[in-house]
Amino acid sequence: MISFSPSEEQQMIVTMVKEFVNDHVRKVYRECDESGEIPPNIIDTAWELGFIASSIPEEFQGFGGERSALTGTLIAEELAWGDLSMAMHILCPSLVAMPVVDMGTEEQKKHFLPSFCGDKFKVATAALIEPRFDFDPAELQTTAKADNGSYILNGDKCYVPLAADADLLLVYANDGGKTQGFIVEKGTSGLEIVEREKNMGIKALSTYEVSLKDCKIPKDNRLGGDAGCDFGRILNLSKVALSAMAVGVARAAFEYSRDYAKERHAFGEPIASRQAIAFMLAEMAIDIDATRLMAWEAAWKLDRNEDATKEASLAKMYADKMAINVTSNAVQVLGGHGYIRDHPVELWFRNGRGIATFNGMAIV
Amino acid sequence: MIDFELTAEEQAMIDRAHKESAEVIRPISRYYDEHEHKSPTELIAQQWQQQGGSGILGLGVGASLRILENCWGDAGLMLVAPGSGLGGAAILTSGTQEQQAKFLKRFSEGEPKWGAMAMTEPGAGSDTAAIQTTAVLDTETNEWVLNGEKIFITGGQRAMVDSDGLVVVWATVDKTAGRAGMKPFVVEAGTPGATIDKVENKLGIRASDTAAMILDNCRIPYENILGSPEVRKVDSTQTAGFKRAMATFDATRPIIAAMALGVGRASLDFVKEALEKEGITIRYGLPRHKLTAIECDVMEMEADFKAALMLMLRAVWQMSQFQPNSLEASMAKAKAGIVVTRITQKAVEMMGPLGYSRKYLLEKWMRDGKINDIFEGTGQINMLIVARRILDYTREELK
Repeated sequence: MISFSPSEEQQMIVTMVKEFVNDHVRKVYRECDESGEIPPNIIDTAWELGFIASSIPEEFQGFGGERSALTGTLIAEELAWGDLSMAMHILCPSLVAMPVVDMGTEEQKKHFLPSFCGDKFKVATAALIEPRFDFDPAELQTTAKADNGSYILNGDKCYVPLAADADLLLVYANDGGKTQGFIVEKGTSGLEIVEREKNMGIKALSTYEVSLKDCKIPKDNRLGGDAGCDFGRILNLSKVALSAMAVGVARAAFEYSRDYAKERHAFGEPIASRQAIAFMLAEMAIDIDATRLMAWEAAWKLDRNEDATKEASLAKMYADKMAINVTSNAVQVLGGHGYIRDHPVELWFRNGRGIATFNGMAIV
Repeated sequence: MIDFELTAEEQAMIDRAHKESAEVIRPISRYYDEHEHKSPTELIAQQWQQQGGSGILGLGVGASLRILENCWGDAGLMLVAPGSGLGGAAILTSGTQEQQAKFLKRFSEGEPKWGAMAMTEPGAGSDTAAIQTTAVLDTETNEWVLNGEKIFITGGQRAMVDSDGLVVVWATVDKTAGRAGMKPFVVEAGTPGATIDKVENKLGIRASDTAAMILDNCRIPYENILGSPEVRKVDSTQTAGFKRAMATFDATRPIIAAMALGVGRASLDFVKEALEKEGITIRYGLPRHKLTAIECDVMEMEADFKAALMLMLRAVWQMSQFQPNSLEASMAKAKAGIVVTRITQKAVEMMGPLGYSRKYLLEKWMRDGKINDIFEGTGQINMLIVARRILDYTREELK
């Protein structure tokens, strides 16, 4: 039966995330964007909330909560409302943990999952994007070749969050024409973390170029073993995560510009009382809500283990455009002030522009 | 719990509506577009048997999707369906139990009947508070005397001339009181002094009649006023009578959104089928640079459609949960109006000569779809409502 009401548990989780974001993330996000650093205590506090361990079964030392993409979208939106860089950093370990939970072999689960359930933030990440304008996740240039009980990986990756500190990298590579995941442990020879990237936005999140030169990993580290992984599903989970994050960023920009428009007076009245501004805000609100509901529907479908390629792709396509339009309009509502870094809308505009680029950098 | 699954019952209802649209409605769709003032008598008799008396209020998610399927068949013919319609909605929101029993009974018995609502006047469209039609109480006979001119009454001809239906007429009992003076009155078919003056020729939804009505010393019993006759100024914006009219819109706007989406999906389906015949299928998962321009266009139309669909479903669901939904209803209506206009126009463009030709229904859907961006509050009025709500502004603060 159709319903748009989150469960009580989901509402509690959202309240908890909102509190965390207001108390911690929103206090420092501007400084973090300027300095390019996130205070470790924020990451530790977020880790204690157990976003990742809660989705890991008890037999692997997790909390054994429900593994739900839908709950994930609710969390992702709230975290991204706080700050996109921190949201992506906090959820980064999911990039390895969730595919292993969903598609890993028993061995892989036993071997890798308990490390995501400890007291300390487990640095793990995924490498999907390649530095090419015609990058296509279904036709990767990075290759994986089976070789005597091993796999040899070759290729260049970019936008790999937290790569320098990561214990585990889930590298996606072309395995005989299909995209498959390969778990590469820190220090593996042939794995080179190149340099930290300088991006237009998400400046507080450290992302890296990664180069793989004859990087040899055990055969057992192929995600899902011989059966492999359902990469289409992973990509859809990522599209849903980013759609939800787009909603979070856009909502932050919308709320700020709405409040500003009510405060700022011109021609003797608040600029919000002019339709030129008010209608812009109304359109922003409508598109934000529409994107959220589309992301929910795609996530709901994924939770039922159905193919959600169409839903996730349409949601993401809509979210890409929405994030740019809403954050750009937020800058516009503030006029000249929107362009000044004293106000956060320019930050959200830069971050919002990235949503279209970040496929594979977050997952629910 | 968030859920997008329809119940088996809802799904069956939607499937039935779709089948009927495909088999019964589509074949006669063009005929009634080209024969504007003709009545599809057989269809009406059938509709009356199936759903006679069902009102537009309190419709749930399943019913909204059924209406979507009806309009996928033909929006004009869907509007022709007999029943209490918008008049019934006003009676349900504003009338007493007695009035509801008295006025609505006819919609579940006898010959097909229609209910309609008369709000718009030549000098007052979106600005509903500016209506000039007056209602004066004749204390001697205890009758209301209505005078004025109403236009754009959807189904007015069928309600007043073709059947023993009724029209709910909005009139002011005190012109100096503004909105507070506005009250709804039930005018039954056959009442002397109420004359259908004209049936409009329209761009689209031609099967549905849009009538003008003259009220010339039209006398109705005192009991035909819906709600209280008192002019109570709660404040300058919220008054009992007018607020109720607006509450009706909260229920009808999501339904208009559903109607819009039906027309939009008809166009979308046409385009996708035409492309499939040429071996072109939409490859959803691909990165943008690998898609053709046509695929990008179709996906954008589908994303817009889905966005509006979700907003519509949410507003209807809220209504079914008795949650306030003014904001969400207007969001859904505004979005669906824009989306249906865009999708139907784009479909005509994409199909080239097929799109513009009356041999196919695409050009008709482009004409039909546009009404959804106009009636029950234009897109702009709905944007204004959304804006006021999100800004927490009164109508004085945001004009």
